[in-house]
Amino acid sequence: MNRPLSSNPTSRDLHRIDVDDSPVDASGVVGSRHGRIDSLELLTGVGKYTDDLTLPRMLHCKILRSPHAHARIVSIDSSAAEGLTGVHAVITGADMPVRYGVIPWTQDEYPLALGKVRYIGDAVAAVAAVSEEVAKAALALIAVKYEVLPAIIDPREALTRKDVLIHEDNKHGNISKQVTLAFGDVDAALAGAELVIESDYEFHGATHGAIEPHCAMGHVDGKGLLTVWSTTQVPHYLLRELGRVLDRPSHSIRVIQPPVGGAFGGKSEPFDLEFCVAKLADLTGRPVKCLYTREEVFFAHRGRHPFSMHYKTGFDREGRIVAVDGKSLLDGGAYSSFGLVTTYYSGQLLGSPYVFPAYRFDSTRVYTNKPCCGPKRGHGSVQPRFAIEVQLDKAATVLGIDPIELRRRNFIGENSQTIGGFHVGSSGFLQCLSEVERASGWRHKRGNLPKGRGLGIAGSTYISGTNYCIYPTELPQSAVQICLDRSGRVRVFVGTSEIGQGSNTVVATLAADELGVELDDVRVLAADSDLTPVDLGAYSSRGTLMAGNACLAATRELAAKLREVIAKTWDCPPGDVGLAHRKAFRHSDLTVWMPIQEAFILAESQLGTLGAVGSYKTPTENVHGDYRGGTIGASPAYSFTAHVAEVEVDEETGEVTVLSIWCAHDCGLALSPTLVEGQIEGSTYMGAAEALMEHHRVLPSGLRSDGQKRETGPGVDGLLAASSLLDYRMPTSMDVPDLIALIVERPDPRGPRGAKEAGEGPLHSSIPAIANAVYDAVGVRIDDLPITPEKVLAALKRKAEVG
Amino acid sequence: MLRLPELEVVIADSLVAALTRLAEGRHVRALQGGTDLVANLKTGQTKAQTVVALGPLSELHGIDTSGEMVRIGAGERLVDVAQNAELQELFPALTYALARIASPQIRNAGTLGGNLCLDTRCRFINQSDLWREAMGGCLKSHGHECHVIPGGGGCVAALSADSVPVLMVLGAEVEIARLQDGAVLLRRTRVADLYDTDGLRHVRIADGELLTAVLVPKLPEGARAVYRKWAVRQSIDFPLVSTAVRLDLDRDGKLKQGKVAVGVLGPRPRLIPLDRWVGRPIDETLAQQVAAQVFDRCHPLPNVLYDHEYRRERLRVEVLRAIRTWFTPTAAAN
Repeated sequence: MNRPLSSNPTSRDLHRIDVDDSPVDASGVVGSRHGRIDSLELLTGVGKYTDDLTLPRMLHCKILRSPHAHARIVSIDSSAAEGLTGVHAVITGADMPVRYGVIPWTQDEYPLALGKVRYIGDAVAAVAAVSEEVAKAALALIAVKYEVLPAIIDPREALTRKDVLIHEDNKHGNISKQVTLAFGDVDAALAGAELVIESDYEFHGATHGAIEPHCAMGHVDGKGLLTVWSTTQVPHYLLRELGRVLDRPSHSIRVIQPPVGGAFGGKSEPFDLEFCVAKLADLTGRPVKCLYTREEVFFAHRGRHPFSMHYKTGFDREGRIVAVDGKSLLDGGAYSSFGLVTTYYSGQLLGSPYVFPAYRFDSTRVYTNKPCCGPKRGHGSVQPRFAIEVQLDKAATVLGIDPIELRRRNFIGENSQTIGGFHVGSSGFLQCLSEVERASGWRHKRGNLPKGRGLGIAGSTYISGTNYCIYPTELPQSAVQICLDRSGRVRVFVGTSEIGQGSNTVVATLAADELGVELDDVRVLAADSDLTPVDLGAYSSRGTLMAGNACLAATRELAAKLREVIAKTWDCPPGDVGLAHRKAFRHSDLTVWMPIQEAFILAESQLGTLGAVGSYKTPTENVHGDYRGGTIGASPAYSFTAHVAEVEVDEETGEVTVLSIWCAHDCGLALSPTLVEGQIEGSTYMGAAEALMEHHRVLPSGLRSDGQKRETGPGVDGLLAASSLLDYRMPTSMDVPDLIALIVERPDPRGPRGAKEAGEGPLHSSIPAIANAVYDAVGVRIDDLPITPEKVLAALKRKAEVG
Repeated sequence: MLRLPELEVVIADSLVAALTRLAEGRHVRALQGGTDLVANLKTGQTKAQTVVALGPLSELHGIDTSGEMVRIGAGERLVDVAQNAELQELFPALTYALARIASPQIRNAGTLGGNLCLDTRCRFINQSDLWREAMGGCLKSHGHECHVIPGGGGCVAALSADSVPVLMVLGAEVEIARLQDGAVLLRRTRVADLYDTDGLRHVRIADGELLTAVLVPKLPEGARAVYRKWAVRQSIDFPLVSTAVRLDLDRDGKLKQGKVAVGVLGPRPRLIPLDRWVGRPIDETLAQQVAAQVFDRCHPLPNVLYDHEYRRERLRVEVLRAIRTWFTPTAAAN
């Protein structure tokens, strides 16, 4: 390797170009087997998470939280805390009296409560001190006088109680959002249906359980620039809200998102800690960091909304849906969060993959005195998907039709339109059904399994990003800047948020593939508002489609320049030049090639510094309907999923074990198949856990309605049943089933190289597939999630009594 | 994150030194693996000014199977006891139970003595400072009322140690050391007598005393024990149902003597002798009758985080399944 330079060095010597004489491999990186580009860095501790960062003179912040579910703040005396040695500042709601919220129309949170607290855990004051211990001691010295108010825990009570208002200035009492949309004559269609299945479903709350707790650090430099490092998955929205709440122009704020240790939707809006560290850093002139305890993560929540659903579904004799009528009550918790979107999603995302000739949904989200619900993987559509897929299973049973066949008959088709006006482009739904049918051995197993064993099927669809930004804008939703140079390496600057899902790897894969380098040659710099272009964040499964398209636009421009320069050298048409695996070559004669670095040098010498930008805006034509609310939930492209679950039910204990689960997912085209499989696995496991185990539960008081006798209970409203990872039972590696991930590729013209989402879709149908398998195994329906042993046992007992 | 409060940490260089410090009172706590104590100190449910680290004390270590009573040092790590080949041969139910405690990481640090002295657990106490403050406290945490049994006068937090029921049916004893006139004095007590009904202080070990060893008598011919644990997860969890069954059979396969021990009720585990069935063959009828008897006598409380009526029913099934291992070859034994 250490060749001495000759007196007349060649370009290859000068630039230490690696000349690999092996034959040209034109296959490219897209679709190849590779891992994440950043895993080694993170596994070896070279990569730094937010809490790994420290700055000189850094202070620690702790937040005082409300012990009452609903109370008026009468007074706060922080003088004793301020006097404690080591305390640098104490702030309260009055220091940041501006409401924020991720949705511009429903901003109803203060960084620190002003006037009222609305759940146990609501932030009241924050301290910056020399250590966490001193900060904690200072919290104990803050005297808050509360006037305790009656609390609402049951969402049904939120609808009826007029005397208790969680947000006094809300026009609609305790209703956070109400949406009714009707398409076609639902009542007439139901009246004429051969079969109507009518059932109630309860979907419980579940939280994300990301292993990294929320953390933020703030710093104001000598020139007044505020930098906030945060575990956020939406750095752009965070920057905007910091500007609004702290009354700072955008150019005076920098938001950096270090690698994030899991988010799943739980970090997709600003939180109290980010405002607190920014404000405290400003006040003290020192960097300030705040790291949540696990309990605070449970308070921050924004998890899956509990839904109470009532569904009426009409079918004809052949099992074709004639009408769907769904009514849902969403328990929103104390604030709005994404609730407006959740409420629309609860109906709008159900219109595919099955044809609904007539459809009505009526969804109401209410405020309750609990940690706020928001988006969790599969935002807003996992709950109604559970209901409809069980409805279909019930119909299949009554009509004597194989449930897979029934789903095939109802398939909406490719290049079709939902009744709500969403354009469905590519769809591999039928292939997904066939794949899980084949892989699970459905045809020979179904009906032939031993006692207590059963198979269940369910299907679903999800968005590849929402078509519109959260705030109205004509600006691009994602953008990429890309450079390459004589080193043979490529730099990609991108605003996307790597939260463990592999978004950096996805853009690197596209860049490496288009520019003819290896993944190791691509450096991705992401999510630093000073260094990278704007991207809206890691939510609604938008990254691959939107940042991918932006990346393609930039890399294709650069690749075209390279091809032109090389084509001139070889005297061939540019279209004959291929770029792959560190080589430029002629497609028509693979023996003609040069190292890619040489090609970069050639281009740099002729064209100067090489760079390109690309951005992405969603399509404006043929996406959605043009009625009020018709845009919410619309996406450029949709993924499709089917699950088959095989379960065993212990009839003596009621315990359900998922033996195997097969998931086929249409992601358009798998840019990184190993990552797609990882997302299928993670999603399916998360769904299985919600089906059987996890429950984010807020306890009512143990008081009886007469207020006298006591039942078992804590005596006050609004405490979390489980606020640790010991009590909140997420499955361990010992508790998850055998899982078979099957990739289906039905490229969509709107996706980069045809790719669609894979991060959230594969969660949905795992839950109803398990519920349907339980019915197949032992003949009882558990429509009230989670499917716990005591519910199964009680249902078996009822069934035995009825005979 | 949760911080450990400021503490004095004493590393005991002799048993006498450790016992001397422990005799100062309840504010001085013995620390071995720390998997229970440290977590409880962090959440503030256990207050201590001093912890005495026992790691170096040789008196707490060693596994000796040579005598009729097998001696296991209280400081032996759970993983080492569970994986000891001789113990697996002698007491498969015990090593099985220990291998089901918490998770590999906890078993690598936690000790047998620590499991026996595990603090009682309750869904109203194993919570943060804020949670308990919001609730208004309970008998075990700056309060005056019990939320498990409204109006109840005593703390009924649950003994949740997997090792205890099986050690009870094995007739195990513990060795407890204290100082008298500067010399170490040892006393012995049956595991079955080690626990009290007061959830605030359920282990009958006085200030200044230290559990140093567990002694388990070898099983006579025809005797076998089985442990059954149920929790939602296969790993990490404390037991929600915890029961051990021991049957001693005569040469004809009839019951000579038997007992069932049950944990996760209140602070004190329950030992149920099976004298009524002496002389009976071990079959499904006997299994059903014993399970029904256990069901009648045991009433799991709403003290741990799971439906207590289901836990009671599940206890019945677990006892049934434990006994079935005697006559159903395919049933999972330990």
